[in-house]
Amino acid sequence: MNITVSGVKKEVSDGLTVEQLIVSEKVETPQYVTVTINDEFVESGSFKNTVLKDGDAVEFLYFMGGGQ
Amino acid sequence: MIKLSKADYEKILAHAEKELPNEACGLIAGTSDGNDKIIHKVYLLTNTDHSNEHFSLDPREQLSAVKDMRANGWIPLGNWHSHPESPSRPSEEDKRLAYDSKASYIILSLMDSNNPVINSFHIENGISEKENLIITE
Repeated sequence: MNITVSGVKKEVSDGLTVEQLIVSEKVETPQYVTVTINDEFVESGSFKNTVLKDGDAVEFLYFMGGGQ
Repeated sequence: MIKLSKADYEKILAHAEKELPNEACGLIAGTSDGNDKIIHKVYLLTNTDHSNEHFSLDPREQLSAVKDMRANGWIPLGNWHSHPESPSRPSEEDKRLAYDSKASYIILSLMDSNNPVINSFHIENGISEKENLIITE
Protein backbone atom coordinates (compact mmCIF):
# COMPACT_ATOMS: atom_id res chain seq x y z
CA MET A 1 0.00 0.00 0.00
CA ASN A 2 1.02 3.62 -0.40
CA ILE A 3 1.22 6.16 2.41
CA THR A 4 2.76 9.59 2.83
CA VAL A 5 5.32 10.09 5.58
CA SER A 6 6.35 13.66 6.37
CA GLY A 7 5.23 14.71 2.91
CA VAL A 8 7.03 11.89 1.07
CA LYS A 9 5.06 9.14 -0.66
CA LYS A 10 6.18 5.64 0.25
CA GLU A 11 5.20 2.09 -0.49
CA VAL A 12 4.94 0.00 2.67
CA SER A 13 3.68 -3.45 3.52
CA ASP A 14 0.01 -3.98 4.33
CA GLY A 15 -0.79 -4.12 8.02
CA LEU A 16 2.08 -1.87 9.04
CA THR A 17 1.54 -0.33 12.47
CA VAL A 18 2.62 3.12 13.64
CA GLU A 19 5.13 1.46 15.96
CA GLN A 20 6.68 -0.46 13.06
CA LEU A 21 6.78 2.68 10.94
CA ILE A 22 8.64 4.52 13.70
CA VAL A 23 11.27 1.77 13.62
CA SER A 24 11.54 1.57 9.83
CA GLU A 25 11.79 5.36 9.56
CA LYS A 26 14.57 5.32 12.18
CA VAL A 27 12.80 8.00 14.20
CA GLU A 28 15.18 9.42 16.80
CA THR A 29 14.02 9.70 20.41
CA PRO A 30 10.65 8.03 19.63
CA GLN A 31 9.55 8.55 23.22
CA TYR A 32 9.32 12.27 22.44
CA VAL A 33 7.53 11.97 19.13
CA THR A 34 3.91 12.81 18.52
CA VAL A 35 2.28 11.13 15.53
CA THR A 36 -0.60 12.32 13.41
CA ILE A 37 -2.49 10.33 10.79
CA ASN A 38 -4.52 12.47 8.42
CA ASP A 39 -4.16 15.35 10.92
CA GLU A 40 -5.56 13.29 13.79
CA PHE A 41 -3.28 12.84 16.79
CA VAL A 42 -2.53 9.27 17.79
CA GLU A 43 -2.15 8.48 21.49
CA SER A 44 1.36 7.18 22.14
CA GLY A 45 -0.11 4.16 23.93
CA SER A 46 -1.87 3.21 20.68
CA PHE A 47 1.17 3.13 18.38
CA LYS A 48 1.44 -0.64 18.65
CA ASN A 49 -2.17 -1.30 17.73
CA THR A 50 -2.75 1.43 15.16
CA VAL A 51 -2.63 -0.11 11.70
CA LEU A 52 -2.00 2.21 8.78
CA LYS A 53 -4.27 2.22 5.77
CA ASP A 54 -3.63 2.88 2.12
CA GLY A 55 -3.54 6.62 1.46
CA ASP A 56 -2.79 7.64 5.05
CA ALA A 57 -0.68 10.76 5.59
CA VAL A 58 1.60 10.42 8.62
CA GLU A 59 3.52 13.18 10.33
CA PHE A 60 6.11 12.88 13.08
CA LEU A 61 6.26 15.89 15.39
CA TYR A 62 9.16 16.16 17.77
CA PHE A 63 8.51 17.49 21.23
CA MET A 64 10.13 20.89 21.68
CA GLY A 65 10.35 22.51 25.04
CA GLY A 66 12.63 23.85 27.70
CA GLY A 67 12.87 26.24 30.56
CA GLN A 68 14.91 29.14 31.79
CA MET B 1 26.23 31.01 10.62
CA ILE B 2 22.52 31.70 10.82
CA LYS B 3 20.82 34.76 9.34
CA LEU B 4 17.68 36.33 10.76
CA SER B 5 16.08 39.39 9.20
CA LYS B 6 15.57 42.44 11.36
CA ALA B 7 11.84 42.22 10.64
CA ASP B 8 11.73 38.66 11.94
CA TYR B 9 13.81 39.61 14.98
CA GLU B 10 11.29 42.34 15.75
CA LYS B 11 8.47 39.87 15.27
CA ILE B 12 10.03 37.58 17.89
CA LEU B 13 10.68 40.47 20.24
CA ALA B 14 7.14 41.84 19.96
CA HIS B 15 5.61 38.43 20.60
CA ALA B 16 7.91 37.72 23.55
CA GLU B 17 7.06 41.09 25.11
CA LYS B 18 3.34 40.48 24.57
CA GLU B 19 3.56 37.10 26.30
CA LEU B 20 5.29 38.43 29.42
CA PRO B 21 5.53 37.36 32.18
CA ASN B 22 5.48 33.96 30.45
CA GLU B 23 8.02 32.47 28.11
CA ALA B 24 7.18 32.78 24.43
CA CYS B 25 8.20 30.25 21.79
CA GLY B 26 8.03 29.27 18.17
CA LEU B 27 9.74 27.69 15.20
CA ILE B 28 12.14 28.90 12.55
CA ALA B 29 12.25 27.70 8.95
CA GLY B 30 14.23 28.49 5.86
CA THR B 31 17.09 27.18 3.81
CA SER B 32 20.39 25.61 4.66
CA ASP B 33 23.69 25.24 2.82
CA GLY B 34 26.12 23.24 4.91
CA ASN B 35 26.46 25.06 8.20
CA ASP B 36 24.95 28.25 6.80
CA LYS B 37 21.27 28.78 7.50
CA ILE B 38 18.94 31.53 6.35
CA ILE B 39 15.68 31.98 8.23
CA HIS B 40 12.82 32.79 5.87
CA LYS B 41 10.00 32.58 8.35
CA VAL B 42 9.53 32.79 12.08
CA TYR B 43 6.48 31.03 13.51
CA LEU B 44 4.88 32.31 16.71
CA LEU B 45 3.41 29.37 18.61
CA THR B 46 1.52 28.99 21.85
CA ASN B 47 3.47 28.03 24.92
CA THR B 48 1.17 25.33 26.25
CA ASP B 49 2.93 25.50 29.64
CA HIS B 50 1.82 29.14 30.05
CA SER B 51 4.77 29.55 32.40
CA ASN B 52 7.53 32.06 33.04
CA GLU B 53 9.97 29.18 33.55
CA HIS B 54 9.04 26.55 30.96
CA PHE B 55 7.80 26.22 27.44
CA SER B 56 6.32 23.49 25.26
CA LEU B 57 5.24 24.08 21.69
CA ASP B 58 1.59 23.45 20.87
CA PRO B 59 1.64 20.24 18.74
CA ARG B 60 -1.37 21.27 16.64
CA GLU B 61 0.25 24.59 15.75
CA GLN B 62 3.50 22.74 15.15
CA LEU B 63 1.74 20.54 12.61
CA SER B 64 0.36 23.59 10.79
CA ALA B 65 3.79 25.20 10.76
CA VAL B 66 5.46 22.07 9.37
CA LYS B 67 2.91 21.94 6.56
CA ASP B 68 3.44 25.61 5.78
CA MET B 69 7.21 25.07 5.65
CA ARG B 70 6.79 22.18 3.24
CA ALA B 71 4.39 24.14 1.03
CA ASN B 72 6.96 26.93 0.77
CA GLY B 73 9.94 24.67 0.14
CA TRP B 74 11.58 25.48 3.46
CA ILE B 75 13.07 23.14 5.99
CA PRO B 76 12.72 23.29 9.77
CA LEU B 77 15.82 25.04 11.13
CA GLY B 78 15.05 24.91 14.85
CA ASN B 79 13.09 26.80 17.40
CA TRP B 80 13.17 29.97 19.46
CA HIS B 81 12.01 30.89 22.93
CA SER B 82 12.31 33.72 25.37
CA HIS B 83 13.84 33.91 28.82
CA PRO B 84 11.87 36.61 30.65
CA GLU B 85 14.12 36.65 33.69
CA SER B 86 17.39 34.95 32.77
CA PRO B 87 20.26 35.41 30.30
CA SER B 88 20.30 34.37 26.65
CA ARG B 89 21.91 31.00 27.13
CA PRO B 90 20.49 27.47 27.27
CA SER B 91 19.39 26.37 30.72
CA GLU B 92 20.05 22.85 31.91
CA GLU B 93 16.47 22.00 30.97
CA ASP B 94 16.94 23.54 27.51
CA LYS B 95 19.98 21.33 26.98
CA ARG B 96 18.26 18.24 28.34
CA LEU B 97 15.30 18.71 26.00
CA ALA B 98 17.34 19.59 22.90
CA TYR B 99 16.95 16.37 20.97
CA ASP B 100 17.92 17.60 17.52
CA SER B 101 21.62 18.23 17.04
CA LYS B 102 20.95 19.69 13.60
CA ALA B 103 18.63 22.36 15.00
CA SER B 104 19.43 25.92 15.97
CA TYR B 105 18.08 27.02 19.33
CA ILE B 106 17.45 30.75 19.46
CA ILE B 107 17.03 32.33 22.89
CA LEU B 108 15.87 35.89 23.46
CA SER B 109 16.54 37.27 26.92
CA LEU B 110 14.29 40.01 28.26
CA MET B 111 16.06 40.07 31.61
CA ASP B 112 17.05 43.67 30.93
CA SER B 113 13.89 45.01 29.30
CA ASN B 114 15.78 47.94 27.79
CA ASN B 115 18.42 45.71 26.24
CA PRO B 116 17.02 42.46 24.86
CA VAL B 117 19.72 39.95 23.96
CA ILE B 118 19.31 37.27 21.31
CA ASN B 119 21.65 34.38 20.58
CA SER B 120 21.51 31.12 18.69
CA PHE B 121 22.97 27.86 19.91
CA HIS B 122 23.90 24.45 18.64
CA ILE B 123 23.22 21.83 21.33
CA GLU B 124 24.53 18.30 21.14
CA ASN B 125 24.91 15.72 23.90
CA GLY B 126 24.06 18.34 26.48
CA ILE B 127 26.78 20.73 25.35
CA SER B 128 25.82 24.09 23.89
CA GLU B 129 27.86 26.19 21.54
CA LYS B 130 26.96 29.69 20.42
CA GLU B 131 26.33 30.06 16.70
CA ASN B 132 27.16 33.12 14.63
CA LEU B 133 23.74 34.80 14.51
CA ILE B 134 23.59 37.64 11.99
CA ILE B 135 20.63 40.01 11.95
CA THR B 136 20.20 41.42 8.47
CA GLU B 137 18.37 44.54 7.28
